[in-house]
Amino acid sequence: MIRFDGVSKVYRSGNRPALHDATLEVKPGEFVFLVGASGSGKSSFLRLILREERASSGQIHVLGQDLGRLSNRKVPHYRRNLGVVFQDFRLLPTKTVFDNVAFALRVLGKSEAFIHDAVPEVLGLVGLGNKENRLPHELSGGEQQRVAIARAVVNKPAVLLADEPTGNLDPATSNGIMDVLRNINAAGTTVLMATHDTAIVNQMQKRVIELSEGHIIRDEASGSYQTKAHAIITEDFEPTRADSQPILVEPLDFDPIPDFDPMAPSSEAIDLSYLDRMKDEDPL
Amino acid sequence: MSLNFVLIEAWNGLRRNVSMVVSVILVTLVSLTFVGSAVLLQLQVQSMKSFWYDKAQVAVYLCTEYSTLGQCDQAEASAEQIAAVEAQLKSTTLTPYIDKYYFENHDEAYTNFTEQFKGSGVVDLVTPDLLPQTFWVNLNDPTQSAIIFEAVGGMSGVESVVDQRSYLDGIFSMLNAASLTAVGVAALMLIAAALLIATTIRLSAFSRRRELAIMRLVGASNWFIQTPFILEGVVAATVGSLLACGAIAVIVVFFVDGFLQASLPTTAFIQLSDSWIVFPILLGLGAILAAGSAYVAISRYLRV
Repeated sequence: MIRFDGVSKVYRSGNRPALHDATLEVKPGEFVFLVGASGSGKSSFLRLILREERASSGQIHVLGQDLGRLSNRKVPHYRRNLGVVFQDFRLLPTKTVFDNVAFALRVLGKSEAFIHDAVPEVLGLVGLGNKENRLPHELSGGEQQRVAIARAVVNKPAVLLADEPTGNLDPATSNGIMDVLRNINAAGTTVLMATHDTAIVNQMQKRVIELSEGHIIRDEASGSYQTKAHAIITEDFEPTRADSQPILVEPLDFDPIPDFDPMAPSSEAIDLSYLDRMKDEDPL
Repeated sequence: MSLNFVLIEAWNGLRRNVSMVVSVILVTLVSLTFVGSAVLLQLQVQSMKSFWYDKAQVAVYLCTEYSTLGQCDQAEASAEQIAAVEAQLKSTTLTPYIDKYYFENHDEAYTNFTEQFKGSGVVDLVTPDLLPQTFWVNLNDPTQSAIIFEAVGGMSGVESVVDQRSYLDGIFSMLNAASLTAVGVAALMLIAAALLIATTIRLSAFSRRRELAIMRLVGASNWFIQTPFILEGVVAATVGSLLACGAIAVIVVFFVDGFLQASLPTTAFIQLSDSWIVFPILLGLGAILAAGSAYVAISRYLRV
């Protein structure tokens, strides 16, 4: 399903490879956690599968396709087999829940009849059957992430990539999201989830691949995840953290017309975050 | 369904970017009006050329008793000299080039002159003997007047040989310069229009960046993503082109056929019916320009 053969990724400006000689295989129907500190290569890993990036060396096969030989023209078609979920949801603020999910089908040219069947079905699957006409800002963080998951799987992809899907959510809400992902996995979709959340990893008891500075340092069939950072947080900050809302920090530097440079060394995850720093109005 | 989606996206883009769309329309209007004017000037030059060049003759002016130019020595060309010139025009070397020629004596020249300058004071000052006797030569190919110059220019009794086309060439080179200027201005304006369209499309893409990002992630095909933006540019430019067509029609009807025709009644000016050819040129140019620059602008956003 997903096979990496000696894959390395070096960014143009980076002195250290983001991924170093990674070899692994993910079988159909597996649920895999990608864990590791920030900058360990989790995001590069997902970007490579999404074909946002090409490997510097080595071969990547996904769903029988050799991504090194996949022409740019064929990438859109290839991506229809993948669903993607992000930490920051990436919903369209002016569209209702229904339209956000339907958008993914409309841009693929699906018929309205099909959309009116498929969207309510998938919204039911993620537990939002009664919120079709809400706007994203009327929903809680957990509900917004459920919409994003619904959008990612409405086209029945073979693989679901999730980049820190619970990163902005409190533990109780995170558990709800994990239930949804587990159900999707149980229905046959391969799930690849990058996360920092030790509690979730330890609770799910699924395969864990740990990355450190671009190296795969651990690959266990039903593993756990411990970090020093986690220990510190548990000891010192857990009591206050539990009842506080996550704070989203808006970067202050404002680039009015950004050059989208996916090679930028600071790129986090599948970095389209520059898109969200901007205001939405006509600048004139 | 899918087409519907593309059209709605294009419409939304136009609506969200009204100020830029208006500037695209104006710049396209002005630049294409210059293009259209250049084409009109060329049409005018062509129509004048075909009108006048066919009528343009080579005049072989013979000596009068007042002329000092050429082979004349203040003596009227003699009958023998005239016969010699005519023999030369009839000779086998020249006949292939000459369509026809005729001789005009003093009296005929005077009649033509008074006809041509009727109402002018100069008529009273001229007497038949001042006007030279002339061989008027029509050439098969009007550009080959040099042959006549060579053949009869040096003969005795010939004052001068004049190709009437040389008078026209001055006018035509002036009109050509004007149309080149219009083309130059149009080229600059077209560059500005292309850049403005590209900027507008980038702004439009920018205001829809979330949608674009999601489209790319879920695997919408490139044409599906690009088409609304290209349509947006083409629609704006086409509105500009249509206005430019209107401006050209107004110029032809009111300025050329109204004002110029009234002040220069003897000259044949182009009519609106001759200038239809300009409209498809303007519409096509506007559409190609817009589609091209919009495509380039949006492609930046679609790099995988």
